[in-house]
Amino acid sequence: MRAGLKSVKPYGDTMGDGAVQLSFTLPLDDVDQAREGGRLLALKMGLENPRVVFAKRLGREFVFLVVYGASKHSLDVSSLQVSKLDVVLMSHEEIREFVRSRIGRKIRVMGACLGTDAHTVGIDAVLSMKGYAGHKGLESYPDFEVSNLGAQVAPADLVEKARQSCPDALLISQVVTQKDIHRATLSRFLDYLDASGERSKYVLIAGGPGLTHPLAKELGYDAGFGAGTVPEQVASYIVQELARRKGK
Amino acid sequence: MKKLFPFSQSKIEEARDSSARIVDSLIPFIEARSTASVERAILRLLGVDKATPQGQPWANVIVEKLLEKDLLGDGVAYWVGQALLEKDAPVPQLAEAVVAGRRELGNEVSPKAAEVQEALTPHIRQAVQSLESRSREREAMLKRLGEGPSPLLYVIVATGNIHEDIVQAKSAVMLGADCIAVIRSTGQSLMDYVPHGSTTEGYGGTYATQENFRLMRQAMDEAGEEAGRYVRLVNYSSGLCMPEIAAIGALERLDMMLNDSMYGILFRDINMQRTFVDQYFSRMILAFSDMFINTGEDNYLTTADAYEQSHTVIASQLINEQFALRAGMKPARIGLGHAFEMNPDIEDGLLWEIAQAELVRQIFPQCPIKYMPPTKYMTGNIFKGHLLNAMFNMTSILTGQSIHLVGILTEALHTPFMHDRYLALENARYIFNSARHLRDEIVVNPSGRMVKRAEEVLDSTVELLREIRQTGLMKAIEKGAFAEISRNMVGGKGLEGVFVKTSRYLNPFVAAFSRTEASLA
Repeated sequence: MRAGLKSVKPYGDTMGDGAVQLSFTLPLDDVDQAREGGRLLALKMGLENPRVVFAKRLGREFVFLVVYGASKHSLDVSSLQVSKLDVVLMSHEEIREFVRSRIGRKIRVMGACLGTDAHTVGIDAVLSMKGYAGHKGLESYPDFEVSNLGAQVAPADLVEKARQSCPDALLISQVVTQKDIHRATLSRFLDYLDASGERSKYVLIAGGPGLTHPLAKELGYDAGFGAGTVPEQVASYIVQELARRKGK
Repeated sequence: MKKLFPFSQSKIEEARDSSARIVDSLIPFIEARSTASVERAILRLLGVDKATPQGQPWANVIVEKLLEKDLLGDGVAYWVGQALLEKDAPVPQLAEAVVAGRRELGNEVSPKAAEVQEALTPHIRQAVQSLESRSREREAMLKRLGEGPSPLLYVIVATGNIHEDIVQAKSAVMLGADCIAVIRSTGQSLMDYVPHGSTTEGYGGTYATQENFRLMRQAMDEAGEEAGRYVRLVNYSSGLCMPEIAAIGALERLDMMLNDSMYGILFRDINMQRTFVDQYFSRMILAFSDMFINTGEDNYLTTADAYEQSHTVIASQLINEQFALRAGMKPARIGLGHAFEMNPDIEDGLLWEIAQAELVRQIFPQCPIKYMPPTKYMTGNIFKGHLLNAMFNMTSILTGQSIHLVGILTEALHTPFMHDRYLALENARYIFNSARHLRDEIVVNPSGRMVKRAEEVLDSTVELLREIRQTGLMKAIEKGAFAEISRNMVGGKGLEGVFVKTSRYLNPFVAAFSRTEASLA
């Protein structure tokens, strides 16, 4: 029988059993102490009847544990809202096919770490040939022309660079979020764009580990991508959004 | 070593001959040039290892001063030699005075090359001796402690904090690791200087600095004593500071360097002239210091399709081998790289992986082949990922690979947790031990699928190298012969640091490295 949406719990082999498996390392030297410590910690995490099924010393001062238990928590998902970007995830090949059949020209993308931010890890993950976690960046896509301006690009400079080369999409990366500097920088850039009257010319994308799609929308961007984003997601969104705009 | 596949040597010889000619035709171009990083490496070998209070390395300050005066074409050694003729002093002391503005480089005291050489000789000899003493230390420790069985188990640490890296690395050694690579911080390859001092903040890795090298070396010597085997320490002689990292690695007794004649060009968009010149001198340093190189062909397979691009890997390995031989490296130190990266959904995919790994083994019988784990098809499904790594481990022991980068189940998720590394090492050790002599027992069907596949790859390699030999390597790269990436001769980063040597250009290390130990004593 199916449990209702009002009290969803992890499932092992019996509805409502709450079965959870987890593994972690404790910085302890003694295996028995670590076993008992791990069990008590699992209890604190909200697991009932935790069982430490495996313990192994990983050198001095560390013990690895595998623990099973039953979650005592359940969740009411009946009114849960998940904000989603309206995009169908496509593979490298599907994107190539989509561009050739639906757009029929090269897609131009410009990216930068805006303001004082010098952390190019995110923008490089999405744009560079090497990409991220085995996912090649947009440079590797035959139908994409990528210009990666790198770190610390001033908002006014980016507006000017974009005006010169007219990209289809602008990717703005913000990694540092201390004191909400990312919000201020992202907003400032839009102010410049508005002043030049060119906001609607580009697909505007904000990215960074502290970003979400709802936050980007709130600030006035077309889309936002957070931690764990792979280049295919960004590319899929760009080409689908361009096709949508073309269709209008 | 036993050969599993029956091949005609003539095809292998033809491929190798093409590679030799491809590389030979570039050597005059390379030898006519030097780079800012080669010159900084010369200063670092001479002991110039400090930085200004603002963190600018002295080596950079001095090279930039010569560049401003348009004197770099003569080589930094030439002008250091002139300054020593004027007033002899330890080179670091001279460097300090130059950086502080108390002395200047660029006064020509004597136009006679022999006199400049002579002024430099004691300093060069001292530098060479310190490199030699590091090699001897390694030799003695290897003799006393021994090392793990082949394939050597190679793991990475990448916390960003050198002190945390040490904790992780010590645990890995206790769990069986033979080689520890400290991954560099994202973006270091494009920095045109080597940061100074110990560092505790990096992104996706830890900065390569001489002090970080020293700290890790010391920790790994301690861990090695405890574990009863020598632990090899690995870093990255690549990017814009390729020769400098080779120099500081040699000075701190690192054992292996990721070092590739083309990786930076293709994957970091570093200018090809810069890379070809830099790799040449960096490999001379590594050869003299008896260090291993690991080449980066695995990267081709994460960009392009591993099944379709297998021949480009072999072609690149053959070219890397020739470049390394030209720089004086012995085959036993040339760790050519490749990877287990085929799509796991391909029927008989394991057969094609074995075919490729055995082909590499047989083409380079004396080279310590570096085998890289699956990354491209690693997803958040850590359980399947663990299984993929098991297949990779089995292929490695079956085909006699030499340096085995242990695949980690959380690849693509985060830099490894301590227990991720433990599970990975346990997986590899279990399979290596359990199938230790499988290779000796196996007879491969000589007219079967694997042999046929390997022959096809070899044929395509011969064909590709024939084409490259006709067009030349630089043109071939421009046409996208490797990893489907095209780079041109004047594009990319770092071209401004390449210069043509003048007729009086001096780099005394080139001659010193080619001399025997006895003649230097």
